[in-house]
Amino acid sequence: MTGTLSLLRLVLRRDRVAMPLWVLGLGLLPYVYVTGFDTLFATAQERIDYARISSGNAGFVALYGPLHGDSIGELTVWRGGFVPVMIGLAALLTVIRHTRADEEAGRTELIRATVVGRFAQLAAAVLGTAAACLVMGVLVVVTLIGKGLPAGGSVALGAVFTLSGWVFAGVGAVAAQVSETARGARTIAVLVLGAAYVLRMGGDISALGDERMEWLSWLSPVGWLHRVFPFGADAWGPALLTLVVSVATVGAAAYLSTRRDVGGALVAGRLGPATAAAGLNSPVALAWRLHRGLLFGWTGGFAALGLVFGGVAGSVAELTEDSANVSEVFSRFGGADAVLDNYFSTTAAICGVIVSCYAVQAALRMRDEEQTGHAEAVLSTAVNRYAWATGHLLFALLGPAAALLAQGLTAGLVHGDPGPVLGASIAQLPAVWVLAGLTVLLVGAAPRLAQAAWAAVAACLLVMLVGPLLEVDQWVLDISPFTHVPHLPGGDLTTVPLMMLILIAAGLGGAGLIALRRRDLPV
Amino acid sequence: MSEAIDAEGLIKRFGAVTALDGLDLRVRTGEVHGFLGPNGAGKTTAIRVLLGLMRADGGSARLLGGDPWADATELHRRLAYVPGDVTFWPNLTGGEVIDLLGRLRGGVDRKRRDSLIERFELDPRKKGRAYSKGNRQKVALVAALASDVELLLLDEPTSGLDPLMEEAFREVILEEKRRGDRTVLLSSHILSEVEALCDRLTIIRAGRVVETGTLGDLRHLTRTTIRAELTGPVNGLGDLAGVHDLITEDGRVAFDVDADALEPALKALVAAGVRSLVSQPPSLEELFLRHYTRDEETAR
Repeated sequence: MTGTLSLLRLVLRRDRVAMPLWVLGLGLLPYVYVTGFDTLFATAQERIDYARISSGNAGFVALYGPLHGDSIGELTVWRGGFVPVMIGLAALLTVIRHTRADEEAGRTELIRATVVGRFAQLAAAVLGTAAACLVMGVLVVVTLIGKGLPAGGSVALGAVFTLSGWVFAGVGAVAAQVSETARGARTIAVLVLGAAYVLRMGGDISALGDERMEWLSWLSPVGWLHRVFPFGADAWGPALLTLVVSVATVGAAAYLSTRRDVGGALVAGRLGPATAAAGLNSPVALAWRLHRGLLFGWTGGFAALGLVFGGVAGSVAELTEDSANVSEVFSRFGGADAVLDNYFSTTAAICGVIVSCYAVQAALRMRDEEQTGHAEAVLSTAVNRYAWATGHLLFALLGPAAALLAQGLTAGLVHGDPGPVLGASIAQLPAVWVLAGLTVLLVGAAPRLAQAAWAAVAACLLVMLVGPLLEVDQWVLDISPFTHVPHLPGGDLTTVPLMMLILIAAGLGGAGLIALRRRDLPV
Repeated sequence: MSEAIDAEGLIKRFGAVTALDGLDLRVRTGEVHGFLGPNGAGKTTAIRVLLGLMRADGGSARLLGGDPWADATELHRRLAYVPGDVTFWPNLTGGEVIDLLGRLRGGVDRKRRDSLIERFELDPRKKGRAYSKGNRQKVALVAALASDVELLLLDEPTSGLDPLMEEAFREVILEEKRRGDRTVLLSSHILSEVEALCDRLTIIRAGRVVETGTLGDLRHLTRTTIRAELTGPVNGLGDLAGVHDLITEDGRVAFDVDADALEPALKALVAAGVRSLVSQPPSLEELFLRHYTRDEETAR
């Protein structure tokens, strides 16, 4: 562990911009929600009605988690139910950035040759991330108590926030030992996070209806943290479980790190073919080699997501019949069909925003190829820049299409009527393409800012999660392309906004390609 | 005589930094041209401009008779490039990379590829990440040399290679040279390599050319080191312009002499009577070092 402190300082120094951003941005969300709810409800009765309707809305439960009370505190916790996933994402990315990414780049070798203990780098990465999550938790506690919410619940929510970061920091640390590349480690850790979210979602939705699959939630750290119920039960048992698992995963990562060489991995590289297959002869063929793992992963993951969404849809329908209160409310909106439509249109919207991460990731691969020098090797052959970019863009555009198709099909088939459900998923595609187009524009025209494409995805997510609650101006909502996607199934299929989105995507992407052709490479 | 590369007054700026400051570079068809300069002199930038990866802010460049920026793709069919800092895709094997790059360029000579792999003792089945620096370099070299192209642009191609492999590289380049129709631009730090392979060379510093010509031309600019045992006292040697670092001791003298002062210096020695004489020809190393020290002096 020698040298941990100086390495910790290095971690904080390198993350001095990104870390405060996510700690503040995510840590202040509960405060924003409380403020939003304060202005949203004129009377307590309004709030109670809202809570009653929301707690039975399967789409809401899928997105945010279960809601068991109607106090401002409980509504805040519930509405912020997606935030622990975002914290988990930030935490695991931070840990991998300071472990496997450094190791892959050869920096670790340099550091380990100095007076630094075997575990120092892992410890520094985990401690730095854990400290950031702790600060975020304290921020939640202080701001909520400042808002006049009960101290016990505020502390419990702070703990939920902190622990969601800790447990996925552990997941990131293990993934960093397992894979030889940072990209592989990120994929593994994000898959675990996604699986945890999906399991939670399936279990929670099932809990609304026949409860047959509620146990799914207990397989997921995200599910445990939802079961703390701050401001309600304040149940510390699930929090303790999460803490134990966090410590255990970090311990496991430390143990695994002793079982391998620096630069090596548990999953070691094998020998491959001495000659290239005949088909490996074009930029598109190369892109296929580089993107296929991602494509299979996303498509498979989305097929699984569809299974869960479709599988619990039955519970949603049952729910409206069981609960007299809720069905009375919903019958005013159009009955059980409307409830199911609303459920599928919400899940499709969630899938749309999530799959745009894939679109951005695939488009950013161009920048990655540029920075690693791989692009230089290809572009010094008789491949022009458009052809090179086309290979990657095919996957940035059609990859998300494949994922949405898989999700829509599986959800629809399991539910029984694939057409409308599939249509709802596919309708997201033009909005996803706008984000892909924006990424191409950044890669072409402002390559050093290319990673800002992630900020655009985060902004769309925020608009979707927070926008309606805060009653922000319509133009703010309109910034997100997903605002313009028609609400399917059930809503009107208006093709004009979809056409506009496709045009915007093409314009952004086209401008990006022209800029890419005209600039120096690499920069 | 036709010129494979003809660049004049190339200027390239990165923000406040001027990487190329009016660079001229002329490489004749069929020659092996050495491209020397300290780290950060602008060698890689110049090559990237010639490849059309970067656009010069000023000056003009012709490559194989075409415009490196506008005709990049067409020109790239006729050349091969070995980048200075080579990394390849972690999930492709060396063999796959060699074949892919060859095919993207327009075709691989299978026999030549296999014989090069053998000569460089490369295991083509390993994946990108498993290769050491030297082995990655070999992959890049085989990928470039296996293609039948007119022009090779090699950016420090032997960095990371062991001496045996350096020797193999030299042999291959000498074979290319004997064919007579391949042009090679060889950026290098290894002066013995440049001496062994290059017909002409260009030395750049801070983005501009400080010296260009054949090895013979450049040697002319350097000093010969002379050590002699004399039978009698020598007169006037220290007064000769062009004689440097003179040490006289016990009838032995040692000094460095510029090419144009060689004759009067030798006359002075002969007048004193020579018992033995050792003369050391100027090395490229010395030339190189002198350019840098001279530049540092003027910089001061």
